[in-house]
Amino acid sequence: MIRVQRQDFDPGAELAALEASGAGAVASFTGLVRPDDGVTALTLDHYPGMTEAALTGLADEARDRWPLTALTLIHRVGRLEAGARIVFVGTASSHRAAALEACAFLIDRLKTDAPFWKREHLAGEDRWVEAKGTDDAAAEKWR
Amino acid sequence: MAALTILYFARVAETMGRSSEALDRPHGVKTLGDLADWIEKNGGNLGDRAKLRGAIDQRMATLDTALGDAHEVAFFPPVTGG
Repeated sequence: MIRVQRQDFDPGAELAALEASGAGAVASFTGLVRPDDGVTALTLDHYPGMTEAALTGLADEARDRWPLTALTLIHRVGRLEAGARIVFVGTASSHRAAALEACAFLIDRLKTDAPFWKREHLAGEDRWVEAKGTDDAAAEKWR
Repeated sequence: MAALTILYFARVAETMGRSSEALDRPHGVKTLGDLADWIEKNGGNLGDRAKLRGAIDQRMATLDTALGDAHEVAFFPPVTGG
């Protein structure tokens, strides 16, 4: 299940839905707006249409690589205050290794393959977030 | 020549001063990089080329990717989601 949305999501409800797939193992990652260096909020911009296609492609690749019984990818867009949830990745499988690895794969690759851009809001200043080389390295290890 | 929609996102939309435009594909433009060169020769500013990324028909592409019979092309900075 893939969703790109402005509104918040409920990680508990998402985890319960993954558990209901009948798997023996559920893994998840939730990303939040970090209040680093005086950042009060982020605005998430994206490429409508391509965003959904890119996430669907990653989900398909995860299902090819690991025996998943369910998969959830949610990414929020628009303005998000410090502490707000940004992204949820959840995976369900018969065993922990597949669930954990697929979850790590999805968040690592999402960071380099999905067309989202973060703009940080600070007191009196806005700036685009720069991509990090460490994100490329994290995604590369799954190729 | 085929009509082409060009989209700009994030910092690239700011340096270009617009988020989209439509044009007939210029003669001699074969790759995404050729199109970037053409845009800049015609007054556009795509910013630092080392930080320029793109997509062809909503698939990630590099500047040396051929446009083929693309209908929609996008230019943007390295992505920062997640």
